[in-house]
Amino acid sequence: MSAQIPEVQSVEELLEKWKQPEVITGSEILLRSLVLEGVDTVFGYPGGAVLYIYDALHNFKEFKHILTRHEQGAIHAADGYARASGKAGVCIATSGPGATNLVTGIATAFMDSVPLVVITGNVFSSLIGTDAFQEADITGITMPITKHSYLVRDVEDLPRVIHEAFHIANTGRKGPVLIDIPKDVSAAKTLFAPVNTVNLRGYNPRLVPNKLQLEKLVRAIAVAERPVIIAGGGVIYSGAHEAMYEFVKRTQIPITTTLLGLGAVPSADDLWMGMPGMHGTYTANNAIQECDLLINIGARFDDRVTGKLNGFAPKAKIVHIDIDPAEIGKNVKPDIPIVGDVKTVLEMLNPDVSRTAKADAWRTQIAQWKMDKPLRYNDSESELKPQWVIEMINETTKGEAIVTTDVGQHQMWAAQYYKFNHPRSWITSGGLGTMGFGFPAAIGAQMAYPERLVVSINGDGGMQMCSQELAICAINNIPVKIVVINNEVLGMVRQWQTLIYNKRYSYTDLAGSPDFVKLAEAYGVKGLRATNKEEASAAWKEALETPGPVLVEFLVPKNENVYPMVVQGATIDQMLMGDEE
Amino acid sequence: MVMKHTIAVLVNDQPGVLQRVSGLFGRRGFNIESITVGQSEEVGLSRMVIVTLGDQNTLEQIEKQLYKLIDVIKVVDLGSKPMVARELALIKVKSEPAERPEIMGVVETFRASVVDIGSTSMLVQVVGDTQKIDAMIELLKPYGIKELSRTGVTAMIRGNA
Repeated sequence: MSAQIPEVQSVEELLEKWKQPEVITGSEILLRSLVLEGVDTVFGYPGGAVLYIYDALHNFKEFKHILTRHEQGAIHAADGYARASGKAGVCIATSGPGATNLVTGIATAFMDSVPLVVITGNVFSSLIGTDAFQEADITGITMPITKHSYLVRDVEDLPRVIHEAFHIANTGRKGPVLIDIPKDVSAAKTLFAPVNTVNLRGYNPRLVPNKLQLEKLVRAIAVAERPVIIAGGGVIYSGAHEAMYEFVKRTQIPITTTLLGLGAVPSADDLWMGMPGMHGTYTANNAIQECDLLINIGARFDDRVTGKLNGFAPKAKIVHIDIDPAEIGKNVKPDIPIVGDVKTVLEMLNPDVSRTAKADAWRTQIAQWKMDKPLRYNDSESELKPQWVIEMINETTKGEAIVTTDVGQHQMWAAQYYKFNHPRSWITSGGLGTMGFGFPAAIGAQMAYPERLVVSINGDGGMQMCSQELAICAINNIPVKIVVINNEVLGMVRQWQTLIYNKRYSYTDLAGSPDFVKLAEAYGVKGLRATNKEEASAAWKEALETPGPVLVEFLVPKNENVYPMVVQGATIDQMLMGDEE
Repeated sequence: MVMKHTIAVLVNDQPGVLQRVSGLFGRRGFNIESITVGQSEEVGLSRMVIVTLGDQNTLEQIEKQLYKLIDVIKVVDLGSKPMVARELALIKVKSEPAERPEIMGVVETFRASVVDIGSTSMLVQVVGDTQKIDAMIELLKPYGIKELSRTGVTAMIRGNA
């Protein structure tokens, strides 16, 4: 049928063309529907069950398809693309092992409320349930880690399902949606009529908050002596950063941003206290414990933030603003619950709150804490300290880069020492803590913003969990600057062993790691190494000046720990400050 | 305070919807004492009636988490209003011919019915609230229960609500 389509030049013309009903295959319906949803990049890996889809992709030029080297790379890249752009990330994998290789990435996106549309192939409908070759019940496997999922049994359903999937993924509390398409469905033909309406009776996210609750909050702000804001990823996902900053400026309330909320307000602002929780700042944690009003905006009271729940913010009246009603009261019972979209809530609140001279003593106290116990580390001239490396990256990029990290010590140091100016410039796996996430996520972010500087900060452990994607950086000239902070151990796990397990270092030594410079070069990516400050500055300068992807390895000592640290089971003001070292 | 709660969940009649609901209970540590599913008054929608144990906070979380499922249309806490709750049990009880009249006596008192008789057993059908069925089973136990099958509770709010 496709031969009958006359030559068209632009996507707009295609869109116009595709509004006309035409008999085409399920695979073509899928691809056209993706274009109609505004998709410009898809990450994927072919296999038997998606062969019809890949056949249709062969000459399809309306969006880019990036062939990763592992399905895990594809889904983390789609995730990075989504976090950077705010659009749903899309990835395609085949049935069975292809689909199950996505599981970690789907769970990662689910925990951090990232919109993804995940397309998997499945075996022929007639073979489903027979343990056929490369069959896996992927909708069943992923049910607990998707916002919703579809197993499409009839090609007629495809246009509706795809449109619903994008709608569900990117509205309300965002999240991954899986579409499983049996091989015969992707081959079957039907009359394609695009769908642009959604009729989901049970799905109606509440954006506008209850006005009475807002009034309660306005009154609570007016009388509070020691108010604090905790802002989370929800501020960024709802595009509320400007309204957020206005709220902070109007109320002059000190603010702490969670790991996923970094960038919600500029780090340079005096009212910003850093990150709270396990590796939060002395100031943020003490402020939470001493405050009389805690306003949680789009964060979910994760246990890494609250520490021991019984004893968290003991003096505070608690306000919780979240689009997901189930988050309210799940971990911390609020005095003022507000269900709604963070941006809508803040825009409604802002005219009613005014710059207040109240609570000057509180702000003085906070300034004092910041002065007394800033983030600090013992720098060295003989060794390269990882915190110093982050500070150097921060200084050279001026907070303008998109930074992705993997998971572990380097992640916490980056969160602590990198200073953020913008939302969507910090991409990290928070909820699931997925090693192997950072590097492919950077590829996705770079695909979303080809012109921006994307820096991927990794540990030597996580880098080895998806290092095969160096190939796609090289092949597609994706100019990610890849940083490997190499301390030759599984640093964060080792840190726990140091502090909690009596220095019994059980299997955290990563001896046998590859030569990362040679590894990069083997894939055709430039590799550089630094062992001291001088080399580090020179290598990093060279990396920034070199077009295309570059990997820079920084060799750092293995004994360096992340401080402050709140041990599990303690309240967050019981911080180890690392002063004894 | 841990209490028994009965909730009705109106869901899209889609393949896998029971798995979504029961899976949610399992992984969030909510208890399912009984679950019944069947057609509702509307084509395309099924009604599940779930009996669960928990305090008020747990019940609130159960309702909120259920509403997150796209296929869930409505959740009603039936216990918040006067309701009618019924379950059905089939009880195969040992009975030599000599014991039959005695068992029939129990059955009649409970307004249950005998729906089958074998040479050494009787099949008793009983409908009622959970306590009634528990009591019936207690009374039949001495004769020897060979097989027992209970449906779990289905329920509805009384009156026009």
